[in-house]
Amino acid sequence: MKRLLILGAGTSGTMMANHLKHELDQEEWEIVIIDECDTHYYQPGYLFLPFDLYAPEDIQKPIRDFIPRGVNFMHEKLDKILPAEQRVISANGDSFHYDLLIIATGTKPAPDETTGMLGKEWKKSVFDFYTYDGALDLRNKLREWEGGKLVVHITEMPIKCPVAPLEFAFLADSYFKHKGIRDKVDITFVTPMSGAFTKPKATAALNHLLTEKHINIIPDFAIERIDNDNKTIVDYGGSSVPFDLLVTVPTNKGDALIERSGLGDELNYVPTNKGTLQSKDYPNIFVLGDASNLPASKAGSVAHFEAEILTENIKRYIAGEPLKADFDGHANCFVETGNGKALLLDFNYSHEPVEGEFPIPGIGPLRLLKESRMNHMGKMAFRWIYWNMLLKGTHIPFVSAAMSESGKHYDK
Amino acid sequence: MEKIISGKNIAVNEEGYLTDFSQWNKEIGEALAKEANITLTPRHWEVLAYLQESHKNEIPLSIRKVGKSGVVDIKEFYELFPQGPLKTATKIAGIPKPVSCI
Ligand SMILES: Cc1cc2nc3c(=O)[nH]c(=O)nc-3n(C[C@H](O)[C@H](O)[C@H](O)COP(=O)(O)OP(=O)(O)OC[C@H]3O[C@@H](n4cnc5c(N)ncnc54)[C@H](O)[C@@H]3O)c2cc1C
Repeated sequence: MKRLLILGAGTSGTMMANHLKHELDQEEWEIVIIDECDTHYYQPGYLFLPFDLYAPEDIQKPIRDFIPRGVNFMHEKLDKILPAEQRVISANGDSFHYDLLIIATGTKPAPDETTGMLGKEWKKSVFDFYTYDGALDLRNKLREWEGGKLVVHITEMPIKCPVAPLEFAFLADSYFKHKGIRDKVDITFVTPMSGAFTKPKATAALNHLLTEKHINIIPDFAIERIDNDNKTIVDYGGSSVPFDLLVTVPTNKGDALIERSGLGDELNYVPTNKGTLQSKDYPNIFVLGDASNLPASKAGSVAHFEAEILTENIKRYIAGEPLKADFDGHANCFVETGNGKALLLDFNYSHEPVEGEFPIPGIGPLRLLKESRMNHMGKMAFRWIYWNMLLKGTHIPFVSAAMSESGKHYDK
Repeated sequence: MEKIISGKNIAVNEEGYLTDFSQWNKEIGEALAKEANITLTPRHWEVLAYLQESHKNEIPLSIRKVGKSGVVDIKEFYELFPQGPLKTATKIAGIPKPVSCI
């Protein structure tokens, strides 16, 4: 019996377990999936939890509910991958042999990377919302906060769901409006990028929304440290931004397991072929989702498109056929803009987000790069789709892994 | 697009980054530095050479990467190329502006 081992039972690992269950010969292949957690968190919900738009029970379910019958789930913390021996060792010393390995251990905030971030103001006036605990603590803080300078901040790129901090700023605007204290809150968005987003057309659209919502933007800010005494963030260039409440997205890093195994780059991301999703160093290791170093967005939607291509490549690898270099970097992100509206971005490695209709060209019903209520409904529906379709590896109608160029208004 | 830099017609993109590295030489570098109000010292040149080498080897550049390169730390990188050092330094080096991954 051969073994396919999946590390991490988050969005990516769970999808692969569901896909491969149907595709691999059960007489020949055993599938094992390992995670240190036994709860599956719906991370896009971390954006809504702080504003009391979702409750804690909306965004967590037992991992086991999503692992198909016949796939073996092990609840263990992973210590090390030994690629030369085709083995993985867990923190309590168990050893798992593999014939094929899929790394899907994701990425997480590393606040200790920035001097002063874990200082005396941490969880008093310095918060993060990229973890369940962080989002919950921030919700409690926002419930009682009476206003002042709110700074929404990205430490460094890349981060998962790169639009989430901007969405946080938009939602904060509408949250404080509804509370009737918007005039007491000054919102500033501080980013290491040169604008609201990295691609020109989306940046222009988003900058416009920031202005409309009276949110200041400070671009090109590379944080050196947080000054806890003066409550400021300080840039390497010497400039500083004062805050009463700092909501920061810390540096995101792949799990330390990758570093211990000597498999990662300087941020613990695994060097991966961007078309085939095979590890650059070991042919029997594949990497899916946030754990890879692909120059694509780190997002659940991206992992969903990758999973379709990876399933095909795993089958080809087992059959001894050449892999398909088909992944095009397709990403599809709803950007919540507050007041019950959202906009939608659809793009890939080579095509930036532009205006248009999605998923049906000329019809929609969703509008690309324009605010609409329908897009907001889409974002809200995403939670249902996530739990009921995405994790189970069900194909989403009209939306293919390869990005479609029709319905998009590119410059000629 | 073309732009006249130190007396020569050089191919650049909308943001002024060279699109053909073979057109780059030290005079071009000097002229681009001047536009950014930077006077190049031997230290600057060491950093520029490192950036060009990384680009040649297709190593994606980031501030963190430069900071860990052993060539220059982040603090000094900012002193040498104030305000967006990676953007400024890559332009002077004649290589593409690094795409911050999204
Ligand atoms: C605030 C926020 C908003 C977001 N919004 C969106 C959105 O609107 N749309 C979208 O598409 N995406 C969104 N995302 C991104 C999306 O959640 C991630 O891209 C997706 O979950 C990545 O899946 P993954 O499987 O690669 O990683 P994860 O889902 O993070 O899973 C990694 C798993 O590996 C396990 N693991 C890691 N290390 C170890 C170890 N050493 N031992 C054992 N287990 C380990 C972890 O416990 C975890 O279960 C958002 C993310 C955040 C934080």
